[in-house]
Amino acid sequence: MDLFIAIFTGTIIAATPLIFASLGELVVEKSGVLNLGLEGMMLMGAAFAFWAVISGLPMPVAIAAGALAGAATSLLFGVLALTFLTNQYAAGLALAIFGSGVSAFLGRGFGSTPIDALKRIHIPLLSDIPVVGPLFFRFDPMVYLAIAIFGLITWFLYRTKGGLILRTIGESPETSHAIGYPVTRIRYMAVLFGGLMAGLAGAYLSVAYTPLWVENMTAGKGWISLALVVFATWRPLRVLIGAWLFGGMTILQLQGQALGIAVPSELLSALPYLATIIVLVIISQNRQMLALHFPASLAKPFRAAS
Amino acid sequence: MIPRLELHNITKSYPGIVANEDISLSIQRGEVHAVLGENGAGKSTLMKIIYGAAQADSGEIYCDGKRIEAHNPAISRSLGIEMVYQHFALFESVSVVENIALAIKGVFDLDRLAAEIKTLSARYGMPIDPHRRVHDLSVGERQRVEIVRCLLQSPKLLILDEPTSVLTPQAVVKLFETLRQLASEGCSIVYISHKLDEVQELCDTATVLRNGRVTGVARPKETTSLELARMMVGSQLPEMHVSPSVPSEKPVLEVRGLSAPARDEYGTELTNISFDVHGGEIVGLAGVSGNGQAELIALLSGERTHSRSETILIGGRPSGHLGAGERRKLGMAFVPEERLGRGAVPPHCLWENALLTAHRTGLVRKGLVERGQARDFARRIIDRFKVKANGPQSSAQSLSGGNLQKFIVGRELTLEPKLLLVSQPTWGVDVGAAAFIRQTLVDLSRAGAAVLVVSEELDELFEICDRLLVISNGRVSPPLIRKQTNREEIGLLMTRVGHGEARRSEVALEN
Repeated sequence: MDLFIAIFTGTIIAATPLIFASLGELVVEKSGVLNLGLEGMMLMGAAFAFWAVISGLPMPVAIAAGALAGAATSLLFGVLALTFLTNQYAAGLALAIFGSGVSAFLGRGFGSTPIDALKRIHIPLLSDIPVVGPLFFRFDPMVYLAIAIFGLITWFLYRTKGGLILRTIGESPETSHAIGYPVTRIRYMAVLFGGLMAGLAGAYLSVAYTPLWVENMTAGKGWISLALVVFATWRPLRVLIGAWLFGGMTILQLQGQALGIAVPSELLSALPYLATIIVLVIISQNRQMLALHFPASLAKPFRAAS
Repeated sequence: MIPRLELHNITKSYPGIVANEDISLSIQRGEVHAVLGENGAGKSTLMKIIYGAAQADSGEIYCDGKRIEAHNPAISRSLGIEMVYQHFALFESVSVVENIALAIKGVFDLDRLAAEIKTLSARYGMPIDPHRRVHDLSVGERQRVEIVRCLLQSPKLLILDEPTSVLTPQAVVKLFETLRQLASEGCSIVYISHKLDEVQELCDTATVLRNGRVTGVARPKETTSLELARMMVGSQLPEMHVSPSVPSEKPVLEVRGLSAPARDEYGTELTNISFDVHGGEIVGLAGVSGNGQAELIALLSGERTHSRSETILIGGRPSGHLGAGERRKLGMAFVPEERLGRGAVPPHCLWENALLTAHRTGLVRKGLVERGQARDFARRIIDRFKVKANGPQSSAQSLSGGNLQKFIVGRELTLEPKLLLVSQPTWGVDVGAAAFIRQTLVDLSRAGAAVLVVSEELDELFEICDRLLVISNGRVSPPLIRKQTNREEIGLLMTRVGHGEARRSEVALEN
C-alpha cells in the first residue's frame, strides 16, 4: 500500500509542471500561435522563483515572480512573432535557447544549497483519513492549482464566448478579423498566458519539485509538454491524462532503478518519453477528431489587411 | 429622400493596379442595386470599401446623409450595413449558432439565439438547424447561415457578393423571394454579380464597372442584355462556335459500377456510378457541390485509387488501380478545381509549374531539368492562350484567377490528351476568359478528345456539352442529351437523383 501511495503521489507531483506548461501552450496554440520556447520560459520562471526564495521573499511572491518571468519572456516571442511576423518556429526555438542561456547566467550566484520546499497542505481531518488522506489531501497547493486551472481552461474554451473567439481565431484569423475581432491583441493575450503558465511550471520545479537550482533543470520537460499538446490533439482532458501518464512512467522507472532492475538506467530514463509518445500516438489515430480540434492557422503569421 | 448610401469619387489603388477609380453611386431605401462587372472589374474591392474592410485612398461615403469618416466593419455594423461574402466568413469547426454568436453583440446565450435563428430563418423561407456544425453544411446552407446572421441584425443595407454562384436554380428562386421580401420591408440591397439574367430579374438599378471605373448606370429591367454586356465587357462578346460532335465508336473513358466509401465523415459515398465518355464529345457533370463530385474526380484523376481496376477503363484499359502519373501516361490530362494548390504550386513560377505535368514532353533529360526548354514551353502557353503574365518567371500566385486558369488549361491541352477531365473550368474567371476557355474545350473535343466537365454553372454546361449527367448524393443519373433536356429537368435531378433519407430531408429544405 505504501508503495502504491508513493507511486500515486509521485505521479501527480511529477505531472504538475507538465500540466501547467502544456495547458498554457494549448491555449497559445488554440489561438493559432506556436510557441516552441516553453523550455526557455520555464527555465526563466524557475530561475526567478528560486532567486526570490533565496532573497528571502515569501513563497507566494516567489511563485508569482516565476510566473511573471515566464510571461515577460513570452512577451519577447510575442513581439517577434506577432508584431514583426517572424517565423514562429524560429522565434520559438530562439526563445528556448535564450531562456536557457539567460537562466544559467542568472543562476551562477545561486549556489548549490537546497531551499525549503513549498509546504504541503494539511487539512485537519481530511488529510488524516487513512489512505485517502495521503492520496488526495497532502499535496502542496500548486498541485491543486494545476487541476483548478485545467477546469478553468476547459470551461473557458468550450463554455464562454471568449473561448469561442480564441478557438475561431485559431481556425481562421482572417475571418475573425473580418467580423471585427482584434486578432493580434487576443493572440498576445494567449501568448502571455502561455508564458505565465510556463513560468508557473518552472517555479514549481525549482521551489517545490526539486528545491534547488541546477542549470537546465527542466531537462526537456518543456519539449515533452509541447509534444503532449500535439499528441493530445489539442484537448485539455487528454493533456491532463498525458501529463499523468508521463508522470507515472517517470516515477515507475525511478522505482525500477531503485529496485535494481537489470536494464541500463539510461534506457529506463527514456521510458516515460517513449511510453507517452506511443500512447498518445495511439489515441490520436482518429483523424477526423484531429481535424476538428486542430487549430487550422497554427504557426501561420497573420497581418490585418488594409 | 436622403439616400441610404452614397459614394462620392471613391478611388483605391493597390500596388500595380487601380482597383477603383472615381466611383460614385447612390442607393435608396428598399432599392435593390446591382453592381455589375467582370471579375477583376473592381466590384469586390468596392464592396470592401463600403463595408469598411478596406479603406479608400480618396472619396467619401455617406450613410443616411451622414459622412462616415474613419471606416471599419464594426462601424458598418453599428450603422446597419451587413455583408454576405462570396467566400463565406464562417468557421467550419463550430456550430451554426456559435458562428452567429461570434458575429453579433449582446449576451452570450446560445439557447436563446438558436431559437431566434430558427424563427427568423423560417420566416424568410430558408430553414437552418442552428446546432449543426458548419463543416457538415452544403454551400447553399452555408449561404443561408450568412444571410440569417445578417438578418438577425435587422440590417438597413445588405451587401451580397455573387450569392448565386453556388446555388441550384430552385435555390436561386428561393433566395430572390427572400431578397424581395427584405427590400419590401425597407432594406436596401447591393447585389454584386456578373450574371445578367439575374440582375435583370431582381434589381431596380445597376451600376456597371469595368477596369475599376463606372461605365454605365442602367435600369436593368428596361435595358437589353446586350447593352449591359457591352457596358461590362467594353467590346463585342466573343461568339461560341460549337460544331456538331462526331463521337468515336468506342468510349475513351468508361466508368463501370463505381462505388467508393466516403473519404471522411464529411465526404459523400459514391454508389454504383456508370457512364461513358466518347472521343469527340463533351460530357458535363452537373450537381450542387458536395454531392460526390470531389470524390468522383479524385477517383477518375487517380489522386485516389480503387481496389477494383475494372471500374474505370481508360482507352479500354482497366485503370482503377493506377495512380495519377500512370493514367497520364495513358493520355489523360486533368484540370482540377483548386487552381492554387492542386493545379499549380502558388509560389513557384510558371515554367516550373508547366514542368509538373509536362515533364514527359522532353523537358527533363536524364533526371535533369532542361530549363531553357521548360521556359520556352511555358512561353508558348502564355502566347497561345493569351495569359497576362510577366513571362515564364512570374509566380503562379501572382496571376489573376482567370489568367492562371488559362495557363493551366493551356498546359494540359498542350499535352494533346486523349481524355481531359476538367473541374469547374471557369470558376471565378471573367466573361472573356471564360468564353475563351470554353471554346478551347470545344475545339479539343472536336479534334477527337474525350472531355468530361464537372461544373456547377448550368449555363456553361448547356453551352458546351453534348450530353449531361447529374450527380446527387453520390449517385449519377443516366445521361441526358443536351438538346432534349432543359434547366428545370436538370435542376430537379440535382436534388432528387439520390433517394437516401438524408437527401429527402434536404429536398424538403430546398422546397
